[in-house]
Amino acid sequence: MKALRMGALFVLLLMAEVMFISAGALPQLYDPQSAAATHVADRYIADAVEETGSPNFVTAVLADYRGYDTLGETTVIFTAGLATVLLLRVSKGSASKREGDSAAEEEQV
Amino acid sequence: MKEFFAEYFVYWLIFILFMLGPYGIIFKKNLVKKLMAMNIMQVAVILFFLALGQKAGGTIPINVPGLVGAVNYINPLPHALMLTAIVVSLATLGVSLSLLLLIQKHYGVLEEDELLRRMNQ
Amino acid sequence: MNERFGTVVLDTAFRFVIPFVMLYGVYVLINGESSPGGGFQAGALLAIAVVLSRLVQGEKAVFNISGNTALILAGIGTFLYGFVGVLTLCWGGNFLEYGISPWAMLAAEKHALGILGIEIGVTLCVMATIIAIFDALTRKEEV
Repeated sequence: MKALRMGALFVLLLMAEVMFISAGALPQLYDPQSAAATHVADRYIADAVEETGSPNFVTAVLADYRGYDTLGETTVIFTAGLATVLLLRVSKGSASKREGDSAAEEEQV
Repeated sequence: MKEFFAEYFVYWLIFILFMLGPYGIIFKKNLVKKLMAMNIMQVAVILFFLALGQKAGGTIPINVPGLVGAVNYINPLPHALMLTAIVVSLATLGVSLSLLLLIQKHYGVLEEDELLRRMNQ
Repeated sequence: MNERFGTVVLDTAFRFVIPFVMLYGVYVLINGESSPGGGFQAGALLAIAVVLSRLVQGEKAVFNISGNTALILAGIGTFLYGFVGVLTLCWGGNFLEYGISPWAMLAAEKHALGILGIEIGVTLCVMATIIAIFDALTRKEEV
């Protein structure tokens, strides 16, 4: 168990080192000409007002250009809420059954 | 040295924040602490995307009449993506908390060693 | 969370704060396409108003939405989003192509109307989901 933890620590340090070394290859911060800020983002900023009529570019991207994506996200949120409620629901039958389970377990212990 | 801080120090801070996540998930025994470490990792990823979206001299991505050109606005794409990521992380946090509640109700404990011992019984 | 928590000071203070939080949420929703804001933020704000009033006033809160109602509302919100998409499909456009609507308007206004429609759906879904999760996590044991 001790060796496993030492191995995990070693892998963790290796991962950190890879990340810190590769930071030098990332685009420079605040650079207007970096790869992340040039291709599609330029087109959004240039054409969003004309094409969607929304001065807020974030809303234009979220609701218009990538509306299908947002539909998926909304479905994910709804499904997560549904899962929470279904996991924690208490109906009469299941509550008594769960109580019986824990009682039987306590007898075992 | 000054250039280093200006260019890469923010990345280093984000990486330190990110590495707290795997550290907590591997080395902490309590399941709630593992969940918190996972959320810290998520926040680090969100910060990374937002840092990539910044531009020197750019204003918020809302059209100002008379201010034309992509150089004057910061990148709206990471903001739109991370906006949904934050809300989805909240919903998945709810699901995981409810699972932890069920584990606590069934086994009576959230510590990993004790939990494994009771599961094998 | 199900019982009244507040003292007199807390109760009075939050009775002032909660309507303003709700008003701000509605403002962020309506004004979301011309200023910072949008459906997700508005949903979080409205949900926070309900959760705050639940925390202070307990089960008998003024702005209370029960867990089952919240789940129905979340379903309605998600349905509304998909419905706007199917509506544009019925008018002969692509899925979620807002510019196709048959009313006599400018193209920008058609887009604004479509964006408002789906943002109301997103707001309902996010608000109701947060309330449903809060309600499920803090429900009293019936044993």
